[in-house]
Amino acid sequence: MFSYALKRLGLSVAIVSLAMLLLFSMIYLVPGDPAAVALGPRATDAMREALRIKMGLDQPVWVQFWNFFTGAWTGDLGREVLSDRPVAQVVMEQLPYTLALIAGGISWSVAIGIPLGCWAAVKRGSWADRIVGVLSVAVIAVPSFVIAIYALLVFAVSLRWLPAIGAGEPGDLGDQLTHLILPSLAVGLGWIGYIARMVRASMLEVLEAQHIRTARAFGLPENLITFRYALTIAILPTVTLLGVGIGQMLSSAVFAEIVFARPGVGKLVYDAILTRNYPLVTGAVLVTTVLFVLINLLADLIVGALDPRVRSRL
Amino acid sequence: MSEAVSNPPSMAQRLRLGDIWKATRRVLREPLGAFGLILVLVMIGGAVFADWLTAYEPNKISPRDRFQGPSLDHLLGTDHLGRDLFTRVLHGGRIALWVALFSTAISLSIGIVLGLIAGYGPRWLDNLMLLLFDSIKSFPTVMLALALVTLAGPSLTAVVIVVVLVNVPGYARIIRTQTLALKESEFVTAAQSMGASSARILRVHVMPNVIGPLLILASMDIPVVIAIEAGMSFLGLGVRPPTPSWGAILNDGFTAIRDTPWIAIAGGLPIILTTLGFTFLGETLRDVFDPRLKGRG
Repeated sequence: MFSYALKRLGLSVAIVSLAMLLLFSMIYLVPGDPAAVALGPRATDAMREALRIKMGLDQPVWVQFWNFFTGAWTGDLGREVLSDRPVAQVVMEQLPYTLALIAGGISWSVAIGIPLGCWAAVKRGSWADRIVGVLSVAVIAVPSFVIAIYALLVFAVSLRWLPAIGAGEPGDLGDQLTHLILPSLAVGLGWIGYIARMVRASMLEVLEAQHIRTARAFGLPENLITFRYALTIAILPTVTLLGVGIGQMLSSAVFAEIVFARPGVGKLVYDAILTRNYPLVTGAVLVTTVLFVLINLLADLIVGALDPRVRSRL
Repeated sequence: MSEAVSNPPSMAQRLRLGDIWKATRRVLREPLGAFGLILVLVMIGGAVFADWLTAYEPNKISPRDRFQGPSLDHLLGTDHLGRDLFTRVLHGGRIALWVALFSTAISLSIGIVLGLIAGYGPRWLDNLMLLLFDSIKSFPTVMLALALVTLAGPSLTAVVIVVVLVNVPGYARIIRTQTLALKESEFVTAAQSMGASSARILRVHVMPNVIGPLLILASMDIPVVIAIEAGMSFLGLGVRPPTPSWGAILNDGFTAIRDTPWIAIAGGLPIILTTLGFTFLGETLRDVFDPRLKGRG
């Protein structure tokens, strides 16, 4: 287990380093001088030159990359152009909103997806199974931003059941939760389908296993077999799936934050691009990438700890 | 498939007209497949015959007709510039289809080449490429799109590049795995011992055997590609106005959602119906052609 964890960690570090290189070269290749963009059209040449030196743009490429690289690993993502605050601080202020949104999405998908998948597996071949199957495929197919807009239209604009914009009053937990319902549904709806399918497939596999047959032979109640002996095993692949899922939910979160005018990292990046605030773009994208890699690492380590077969695969 | 591995048939042999008809009949027998096929055909028909299906121009501004609700004159209503939404939806289908086909074709070509190299080439190259694929996949899609548009500016090209970057790692991985398995097979060893070059082995013996499953998976990715195009255009990262795109219409509707909800409905409906149609069709096709792929994703 230890050597597996070490190898997996090494892989993650390599991926993050490469992602940094890609991001750096992307921003480096952006047409236009970042210093000129930051200062606007009325700046003098001397002002631009001063800012270029301050931003380190006068140094050779590899020195710039090395500074970016070592800075990023130590948590220094540079300063943003508009307000001159540290990028890391700005991103960290917005991160909790996005994390809450994703946690909400996961709650929706787990709370509905697992029971649905389990139910479909137990009622295999029935109408219920088929309907769950079709619905799962349907919610996976429809893009989250369309769901977000239709949800906004139906529940916030027409029915007025739920608030349409913002993240709620700070400190008022109830208000914040009601503001979370629609955006997190938009983020998590597709994953209800993924999880239902995954749980159904692995439940069907587990229900055929020897120990379930033994349990049946002993005459244990069917509910006990389903929930205690089958579902606890069948749920394992969902852990890895959720690792990937959080990455996709980060994408959906960008849309949900824009549609529902919520603060968050997605909206931060979007606004930063519109104002050409490049350090903020790189910083925020890098933070989400690291987050994604970390979550996948965690998911793999959990599964590796639970299932020894996975460890030999790396 | 095990037969195919021992005696590789050519693509021409595999895709005979009779087989296509047989497959279509099997798809039609499944209610879901038939439903999907109808939706897809309606969408393609609408896009292809857009000029004949409506009397309006997609980009013609007519201030007197602005913000009209759905009626017999304007089936889906008009937008803030008085443009007929039904016409714009049909023409938006052209953009969606074009992006879907063009970028899928590019992703397939690049994915196949990279996958063959990774699977057949030296071990260190394989490891390096896997690391690169993993790094690209470690960016959330929208973040990748946002970062790229910063570099290239909003355009259809940017959409295509994002789709290619999102798709290629997956395709290359599938080709790589299959190539690795085939590398050890008897007919490849036989070809090697007769002195065939690596290029010939890959082209004649490996390619025909790995391409089938990939084509099915790629066709199942079409709704994802359509969603990426619509999503990027919704954010203003894709097509430039006034080009009609479903995502752009949805954005017009979002801006005016409180007063004129039909614009948002008109933009979202084709996205929902098309992604559903392609997905239902793809699922059925996969079950008909290659049951082994069942349960992927």
